[in-house]
Amino acid sequence: MMSSAVIHLETLTCPSCLQKIEAATKGLNGVEDDSVKVMFNASKVKLNFDEDIVSIEEINQAIEKLGYEVLKSKVKAA
Amino acid sequence: MQKLILGNKNKIMAVQAVLIIGAFIAHYGFGNEIVAQWSFLIAGIMGIAPILLQAISALQVKVVSIDVLVSIAAIGALFIQNFEESAIVTFLFLFGAWLEEKTLNYTRTSIKELTEMAPEKALVQQEDGSFEEEDVDFVDEGAIILVRTGAKVPVDGTVLTGEGHLNEASITGESVPVSKDEGDEVFAGTILDNGTIQIRADKVGEDTTFGRIIELVEEAQDSKSEAERFIDSFSKWYTPAVLVIGFLTWLLTRNVELAITVLVLGCPGALVIGVPVSNVAGIGNGARNGVLLKGSEVIQDFAKVDTIIFDKTGTLTVGNPEVAEEKFYTNNTETYMSYLAAVESESDHPLAKAVLSHLALIDLPEVDETDVVKGGGILAQVEGRTVAVGNLFLMENQGYAISEEVLLDTQAFEKRGNSIVMTAVDGEIISIMGIRDQIRPGVKEQLEKMKQLGVKNLIVASGDNQGTVDLVARELGLTEARGHMLPEDKSEYVEELQNDGQIVAFVGDGVNDAPSLALADIGIAMGSGTDVAMETSDVVLVNSDFEHLNHSLSLTKATSNNMIQNIVIAIGVVIALVAMLFFTDWMNMSLGMLVHEGSILVVILNAMRLLGHNLK
Repeated sequence: MMSSAVIHLETLTCPSCLQKIEAATKGLNGVEDDSVKVMFNASKVKLNFDEDIVSIEEINQAIEKLGYEVLKSKVKAA
Repeated sequence: MQKLILGNKNKIMAVQAVLIIGAFIAHYGFGNEIVAQWSFLIAGIMGIAPILLQAISALQVKVVSIDVLVSIAAIGALFIQNFEESAIVTFLFLFGAWLEEKTLNYTRTSIKELTEMAPEKALVQQEDGSFEEEDVDFVDEGAIILVRTGAKVPVDGTVLTGEGHLNEASITGESVPVSKDEGDEVFAGTILDNGTIQIRADKVGEDTTFGRIIELVEEAQDSKSEAERFIDSFSKWYTPAVLVIGFLTWLLTRNVELAITVLVLGCPGALVIGVPVSNVAGIGNGARNGVLLKGSEVIQDFAKVDTIIFDKTGTLTVGNPEVAEEKFYTNNTETYMSYLAAVESESDHPLAKAVLSHLALIDLPEVDETDVVKGGGILAQVEGRTVAVGNLFLMENQGYAISEEVLLDTQAFEKRGNSIVMTAVDGEIISIMGIRDQIRPGVKEQLEKMKQLGVKNLIVASGDNQGTVDLVARELGLTEARGHMLPEDKSEYVEELQNDGQIVAFVGDGVNDAPSLALADIGIAMGSGTDVAMETSDVVLVNSDFEHLNHSLSLTKATSNNMIQNIVIAIGVVIALVAMLFFTDWMNMSLGMLVHEGSILVVILNAMRLLGHNLK
């Protein structure tokens, strides 16, 4: 089942974080590549993913592994 | 471990500062080289740790970030036993990042203020009828919510019971509280000044008007213009290229010092941050002043606008037709006017409403028979007499005698931009009334300012008759006036001007003019955010006055200039640094890093000026 998620991060300050987060989330199986939108100024990530393949926890972990704290994430059925 | 190091970056930085100062005191004060070098070495290693970790995580996702350049340079410095450089470069890099974060946060404050106005809690009715506080994220549509005095309305909804005054400044920009009771709509983010209401949630979360405004602003500040996308793809290749050049320098000269200096000097620093930071500051200023700019492309285009088209109704005029002049041809007008009012009260035509509010009569005679003549008016029987209310066409059609005087008056009224309502009783013309829309106060001065801001053509394109439109144009000093325009004529006209090479902005109320709003280079929706307006337009003015239109115009110009300044600063610094490296003998890594971090601060500070931008 496809879901859309909005992930709130700690304040992003370096534009290269953007590239890193984008690459890391797109690299996950089950995340729709074209849907990934890292919003630098709002410090948010928006993406669509397939809950049968990957969970929101795994996505959050992938981002946290890069060193960016996930403040909260909201998932809605697409 | 990783988290420990990255989470304590600021502490590392502080310890580094102490060690570096200690090393300098040992070196210059006591000539104690051993203490100095050890301090530098420890500070250098401490500084490398977090930067190297960031570099590795970037490389894992195949991104060559600035961290990679700096880590290699700092490690290289350790290898050639230049501990001082290693310590100072890493410290400056971390310190710069810290300052960057602080200042960037400041440029984002206005948007943060907006998002923080979003409601967080709601008192939701439970199955047993009691109300319990819930997180607004979990409120469902259809839920019943209690709002008490002083609280924020958590959702868009309809008042079920109770009444109160709401401050809707966050949605409409209007700070005078509005009275609401049963059946009225309320909006999320507005504040209940007094009273208590129960509402049914119609829209929740991001679907509310307020939620959409926030989303719009958030997406806008992160949207990228053509220029930014270019810089993005440029810097994606730029950083690896610097790495290659550094490596080549080492191959050719076998001089590690020189090679790693190239790495540091080549950092793209201010280039990556320069444009987005102007963008966010400009959009932030707008958001705080009730001007929603949808992204940096919009800023670029709007700054270059040379033609603005206004859709007359509701933008230039009050949008409320009033009787401006009247003339009577008989005595006994009191009775006849009561006939007129009686007939008009049967109609819901806007002109009829204007007549009724002008006459303001209450005791009306009964109307027996009414007949609507298409394109003409109304024929009715009142107290046994035939009353005709309508235009000249109706009177002629009925074969009534029209005197020279009436005809001349009618023409004069029309020339002054009036729509005509004639009244005849038993075939005799009793009166004519001229009804027209009033021009909004202050519009003229604001249009004058618009010209000073560099807009060449100010055009009105309206569905009204040419006389009305000409009059408005003359009164306001517009460059062109087009009447009898249907919505599709307007969008064709927009296209025509665009083919002519003009950059066109279209100002409208956003509902019937959606095609023109979408087609124009810049669509500007005036008035509180209706769905269509917010979606099809590029600029939304929460307050529908012209002062805000001018503010947005001058703001986009300032923002666009600011971006150019930042690009020039960023590129200039890199060129100057590299030139100095090759043509002078005093350029080194630490100095290069200092200048880089300095230039990053300069572009951020430059962008911050936009936050205070104000139209004089």
